[in-house]
Amino acid sequence: MESPIDFVQLMGMTGGHSADLGLRMVAQGEDWAELCFDYDPRLTMNAEIGILASGPIISLIDSASGAAIVTKTQRVRPMATLDLRIDYLRAAKPGRSITARATCYRLTRNVAFVRCEAHDGDPDDLVAYAMASFFFTGD
Amino acid sequence: MTELPPYAEMIGARRNDTTGEPMLSLSWRTTIQGRVGFIHGGVIAGLLEMACYEALTREFRDAAPPRFKPINVAIDYLRGGLMIDTHAVAQVIRIGKRVANASAFCWQDDRSKPIATARMHLMLDR
Repeated sequence: MESPIDFVQLMGMTGGHSADLGLRMVAQGEDWAELCFDYDPRLTMNAEIGILASGPIISLIDSASGAAIVTKTQRVRPMATLDLRIDYLRAAKPGRSITARATCYRLTRNVAFVRCEAHDGDPDDLVAYAMASFFFTGD
Repeated sequence: MTELPPYAEMIGARRNDTTGEPMLSLSWRTTIQGRVGFIHGGVIAGLLEMACYEALTREFRDAAPPRFKPINVAIDYLRGGLMIDTHAVAQVIRIGKRVANASAFCWQDDRSKPIATARMHLMLDR
């Protein structure tokens, strides 16, 4: 097993939207990565009810998916998201951190296929399930 | 007209009435950047979803709209989002008793060249 990849540096999580959301790496394996962000009222659809907007959850899943691909390829290749489909299984509870675990389950020369589960504390009680594909744009 | 959600303010999305459509627009700022030089895919998805909510809200005209709960969304990314203004507008395809289907697209300087499209199902909580 090679040493863990420093995604914070590699994926620009020190700046841009990932930093604004407060995304951070939780854990990683050979073909998976787990990222999370903490609840923040700025991320809500409705401030009174405290329901999170979907944008931050999709940003988290998109970033976790990219990280999962890097764990599998063991190097950073320029890539773009081709498509992403997400099922909202239930509303996340206000105040809870959201964690997404993405797995790159198939890699071809040009395309990476990823599935991703998101939860708000209990990995057996998902808030969202997503599938995405990525295209390697360069090299 | 209701206020846009806190998340809209966070990414800098605003209503844009120039065409009379329920359009949302977003100016470049560094806090929406994904990979260097491009808008984060999650921000584009968030904008497309809010465009669906805007289009649905308009369908209810003067009546109080029900609460919308997202069921699922499918996003196709067609071009990288550049560091310029971005616009999104949605069309309601069908409103049933309990479920609505909407379709949104997002473009930058050329409306005939969308950078992303989305399909969405929503539960109507009446």
